[in-house]
Amino acid sequence: MADTQDIATRDLAIVNARLIDPATGREEAGSVLLRNGMIAAVEWQGAPATGEGVRRIDAKGQVLTPGLVDLRAFLGEPGAEFRETLGTGSQAAAAGGVTTVVCRPDTNPPIDDPAIIDFVKRRARDKAVVNVLSCAALTKGLHGQEITEFGLLLEAGAVAFCDGARGLRNPQVMRRAMIYARNFDALIMNHVEDPELRGSGVMNEGEFASRKGLPGIPVEAETVMLERDIRLARASGARYHAAMISCAESAELVRRAKQDGVRVTCGVSINNLTLNENDVGEYRTFCKVTPPLRHEDDRLAMVAALAEGVIDVVVSDHDPQDVETKRQPFAECADGALGIETMLSAAQRMVQAGQIGLPQLLAALSARPAALLGLSAGRLAVGAPADLVLFDPEAPFVVDKRKLKSRAKNSPFDEARLEGIVQATFVGGRVVYEAEPG
Amino acid sequence: MSHLDIEALLDRAEDYVALSRQVEKKAATLRGRTQINLFFEPSTRTQASFELAGKRLGADVMNMSVASSSVKKGETLIDTAATLNAMRPDIIVVRHHAAGAVNLLARKVGCSVVNAGDGAHEHPTQALLDALTIRRNKGRIQGLTVAICGDILHSRVARSNIILLNALGAKVRLIAPTTLLPVGIERMGVEIFTDMNKGLEGADIVMMLRLQLERMHGAFVPSPKEYFRYYGLDHEKLERAQADALVMHPGPMNRGVEISSAVADGAQSLIREQVEMGVAVRMAVLDALAQHLPNA
Repeated sequence: MADTQDIATRDLAIVNARLIDPATGREEAGSVLLRNGMIAAVEWQGAPATGEGVRRIDAKGQVLTPGLVDLRAFLGEPGAEFRETLGTGSQAAAAGGVTTVVCRPDTNPPIDDPAIIDFVKRRARDKAVVNVLSCAALTKGLHGQEITEFGLLLEAGAVAFCDGARGLRNPQVMRRAMIYARNFDALIMNHVEDPELRGSGVMNEGEFASRKGLPGIPVEAETVMLERDIRLARASGARYHAAMISCAESAELVRRAKQDGVRVTCGVSINNLTLNENDVGEYRTFCKVTPPLRHEDDRLAMVAALAEGVIDVVVSDHDPQDVETKRQPFAECADGALGIETMLSAAQRMVQAGQIGLPQLLAALSARPAALLGLSAGRLAVGAPADLVLFDPEAPFVVDKRKLKSRAKNSPFDEARLEGIVQATFVGGRVVYEAEPG
Repeated sequence: MSHLDIEALLDRAEDYVALSRQVEKKAATLRGRTQINLFFEPSTRTQASFELAGKRLGADVMNMSVASSSVKKGETLIDTAATLNAMRPDIIVVRHHAAGAVNLLARKVGCSVVNAGDGAHEHPTQALLDALTIRRNKGRIQGLTVAICGDILHSRVARSNIILLNALGAKVRLIAPTTLLPVGIERMGVEIFTDMNKGLEGADIVMMLRLQLERMHGAFVPSPKEYFRYYGLDHEKLERAQADALVMHPGPMNRGVEISSAVADGAQSLIREQVEMGVAVRMAVLDALAQHLPNA
């Protein structure tokens, strides 16, 4: 990558690729020309663009598709730099083919003020290798009582509003937030987990938790809050996004709301698509996440809802935790798992199982989250940003946490056998990640 | 453990019952060995039982009560384990308030670890002492109907007993109000009753569980009074069980909440004997572990 500067200023042709445009579902051989940080030409089937001074990369038939847009990751700054920084987090993102990350606002101090958005923006400009956008807090100080300055925060660059890993429990505050959001057509997100119904729960309620003697989190902790939010969204007309759903009943609620024309969308964590409660095994704390890993039936329902389009986006829910907060008894350790670097490969499991087509999966990973935020990314089209990922969807590898770029190592996929290796990631036409040869 | 392993362990415990009734109660099985009782949760009787068991086998026993949570003092469970491990004990007996904590600790130390209760997960030596008590009084466990009554949700005693009694061929029933029944517990090989009178019908053993004070005032059941009315064991309800049914309780008891004093101190009660069997079973467990210690 010594000639990174060069690449930025020169035209770059990526030829002989298997192009996938998730926005349209088109999948064909072809090549792409990048110029000035944008896609300058897409040659479906056609001859590769060539010319004087055009640098060429031979994709050797690998998949070239828009970089992933991750709506939910915790990137540590400000205040938790021991867990992750914008530098390490963005490198992890690049290694996972993610070119745009929306960071969670439950930092310290929280991102509830335009000045903090500005801080993140400037830090990201200096340290991050991928695009970093901020989700702003929904309520001041994340206290769930008073709404933040939606207008000013949007002007500062906020793309959505949520209280991070805290579900907004006060229905009146949520109602006001949604009604007020209409002034700016702001996107309201919520972590749909009722803290009261979660109680002391630490994993999915069910036979497995009962056998392990662990307090359970009932699905109602999710569905009750989701149903409330959907009703408020219906009444207010606000754009509402359930950050992550995890159970069959939630998918059913969203399906019906969409049929009724409510402006609702929802996401699912890669964890709830590829792992289930049995992965907790002998109290593996890296599998303690929120929403919790659910029953296999719920996991399958999530996969089906994703394939059906009821679930709009897949998120990494990247949540780096350091050793001290994870090396604890299960009930006492922190929630959270790494995810951004392994998301694309882990998601391939569904493609290999024949549960979803690759273009369809990529739509949920790039095109749809980009569209939700009104970004021009997520498309393989002239004029779109040259944010791309080149990957080999069939190449097998074993996850080794020591090789992960993230500052923390709490990956539930450590030692997992996955397929799909990111070969290179481009942001604004520049190579920001390249796989080691071999 | 297979039922043969369990029976062998109970046989060994019988020898220690005899030993403990002698004037000279000492054996040399653990002579020179160091046993640490590490209790993160206060427990007078289990700790005393393990202490006596270790001492009667000749071990040097040290009790460590880590009041409340070690985390509050800034030291993690793993640090505590590593510190103790460096003192080169042969056996650590651990009680912890979190499920899985003993398992976690065992993976970080080089010596043998005995689970003296972890959260709502398991309490294996309690189940073993209950099995020994039943076997001595009924001559068998196979085919008996055992009704476990009370706060199943938070009970490690219930979980361990369900596993052990099923392994030994007993029919296990659970009797509890719905708020104190864990979800999916019916798939652990038990029959569920919410009506105590029906659940006790024909039972050979009635095993009562403790209901913690903080759970009896509206959180899980409305009041101790209502709880006793429907789920407390008195002579009237006990009559539903077999005429020769025996009553057990892991202690400490809430008299008048889950069990009446008359039943607790009555002729059918095995509660005192359970305590005696506790020492013998723990001696057997420590003895069995000693066979596998280095340089044994």
